Amino acid sequence: MRRVRGFLHTRTGLWIGVALIALALLALPFALAAVGTAWVRITNLAILFVFLSLGLNIVVGYAGLLDLGYIAFYAVGAYAYALLASPHFGLHLPFWLILPIGAVIACIFGVLLGAPTLKLRGDYLAIVTLGFGEMIRIFLNNLSRPFNVTNGPQGIALIDPFRLGPVDFSRNETILGLDISGPIKYYYLLLAVLLAVIVINLRLQDSRIGRAWQAIREDEVAARAVGINTMHMKLLAFAMGASFGGIAGGMFAAIQGFISPESFVLVESIMVVSMVVLGGMGNIGGVILGAVLLSFVPEILRYTVDPLQQALFRRQVIAPEVIRMLLFGFALVLMMRFRPAGLWPSRVRKREMAEQE
Amino acid sequence: MDIFLQQLINGLTAGSVYAVVALGYTMVYGIIQLINFAHGEVVMIGAMVAFSVIMALAGAQPGLPPVVIVLAGVAAAVPVCMAVGYLLERLAYRPLRHAPRLAPLITAIGMSIVLQHLALLIWSRDPIAFPQIIPLQVFEIGGAAITGVQIAIMLVSVVMMAGLSAMIYRTRLGAAMRATAENPHVASLMGVDIDRVIAVTFLIGAALAAVAGVMVGTYYGIAHYTMGATLGLKAFSAAVLGGIGNMAGAMLGGLLLGVVEALGAGYVGELTDLCHASFLSDALVERCARDGHLILFGSNYQDVFAFLVLILVLVFRPSGLLGERVADRA
Repeated sequence: MRRVRGFLHTRTGLWIGVALIALALLALPFALAAVGTAWVRITNLAILFVFLSLGLNIVVGYAGLLDLGYIAFYAVGAYAYALLASPHFGLHLPFWLILPIGAVIACIFGVLLGAPTLKLRGDYLAIVTLGFGEMIRIFLNNLSRPFNVTNGPQGIALIDPFRLGPVDFSRNETILGLDISGPIKYYYLLLAVLLAVIVINLRLQDSRIGRAWQAIREDEVAARAVGINTMHMKLLAFAMGASFGGIAGGMFAAIQGFISPESFVLVESIMVVSMVVLGGMGNIGGVILGAVLLSFVPEILRYTVDPLQQALFRRQVIAPEVIRMLLFGFALVLMMRFRPAGLWPSRVRKREMAEQE
Repeated sequence: MDIFLQQLINGLTAGSVYAVVALGYTMVYGIIQLINFAHGEVVMIGAMVAFSVIMALAGAQPGLPPVVIVLAGVAAAVPVCMAVGYLLERLAYRPLRHAPRLAPLITAIGMSIVLQHLALLIWSRDPIAFPQIIPLQVFEIGGAAITGVQIAIMLVSVVMMAGLSAMIYRTRLGAAMRATAENPHVASLMGVDIDRVIAVTFLIGAALAAVAGVMVGTYYGIAHYTMGATLGLKAFSAAVLGGIGNMAGAMLGGLLLGVVEALGAGYVGELTDLCHASFLSDALVERCARDGHLILFGSNYQDVFAFLVLILVLVFRPSGLLGERVADRA
């Protein structure tokens, strides 16, 4: 093991490692498609959640602001896409135009929420963001009368998929003898976007802004004393996190083709927070790990727990969904108790958590 | 006038429940500066346990007077909730008392997920309906109706709040609680067993939550495993409105929030009826002539008011109406 690690630290070793991971990621959808296209879809959703978690990580991990209503920005992005590219209003704008629009709208919502509330102390902020998330959901549910904006609980269907010139992301194609289904195309697109997001996050982390966020997280008073405009920086974190959420929401709408307020409930917000917390707040690798774990665990449970229960009791005793949520709740409690910095913590964060003991 | 009075009565009823739940939040916050996020779920557990007992009794002993049946429900719910409250404190909060502030909030979220899904396992996804055992008694006051259940809810809340105040300000235990809230370290030097005081605070809060659960369930006639989340959020808003950590504030905040919500739901439709402004365009005139109303935001937005109140209070007066301590010790 040590020899492997030593090899990875050499330059050629690093490149070989990266190349191997890249190859594996490129080949992954075909391997998954062999098992079933459903798994490609699940992977796509998992990537979206990685995306969301990285966005929330800016707010929670870097700036240390607990946002329990993050899914609201995802919802805003998704509805922005759905309203501008579906038969609902008869608008069919291209995706490269809507995604930025969604990001901007989500960003505006982020600033609207952040500006009045960021003075608040951490736990108050958490509850206010939670309330905000619920408010957005109530509006989505009810803005169907007297003017039908969101179509209420029925949601919006027949949302346009991504189209780029002749490439339609919802259609199956055969290129060079390879069957490339819609979900596989989305997979590559998501992977590319994800790569960009990771690079942005890495660059942010060590930038002036990222350092300012971390300073605020560790000691707001001290940060202010060294000349950081804490309000601006916090607002920036909120706005950036929100726009990431908005973009992810737009992609979600396009991939699913259908959205309703059901997808943007409180539990989803908590899920994203958990991904960040379990994986390791403030550490990009950790956050990705958390998001991937929590996205796949329920699917794996679905395929293992049910047959197991059928075999043991001849019926479903506990629904996998319930088991997932129970595990999840206990995991949050146990993590905070025994590994508060997450499964794969950032070094700084680990030190902070240890100091506070 | 009668709409106003009617909504006032409804608001005060809901508000008394909020007040009782808000007391649970505010007591815990006053002592250990922790938002007990899972408190709403304790209310839900109280309602579910009580409803199970009430259902069973009403089915087995139809002759029993309804008051006895409901009281039996309360008697079952209170100890269960107290046990839940104690476990919450012991397992989720006590180990983290010196951890960073966000840590106990995250465990609290974890516990509320666990409680909610345990309830789902035990009582299933379907709501439990309150059996029709209480005869509907309606009294009339100045053109508005008030039911027997509403009177009972208000009375019980007042009695509980009075009892709690007496306990806090007249007994040794109450003095210990106040001392701990003031400064836990000094209190412990004066011989106050901090751990015990905190545990007792959780027990009292949970007992109140159990009764609140029965009240809210009886009032709306239904209990459901997801009922705790929104109720908890509203009660928390009420506690913040009154000034978190302040007992009188929680009571005032609860009643006020209930009234604001009810009046809001009662009048928002009328106020946002676009037909008042139909001169703006001909299309509006046409639609108004056809439908009579063009209500932008109806009473279906009722739940938004609590959150709006919460945000407005935190922005303009973060210490709440009666709170003196402006919380800024991160």
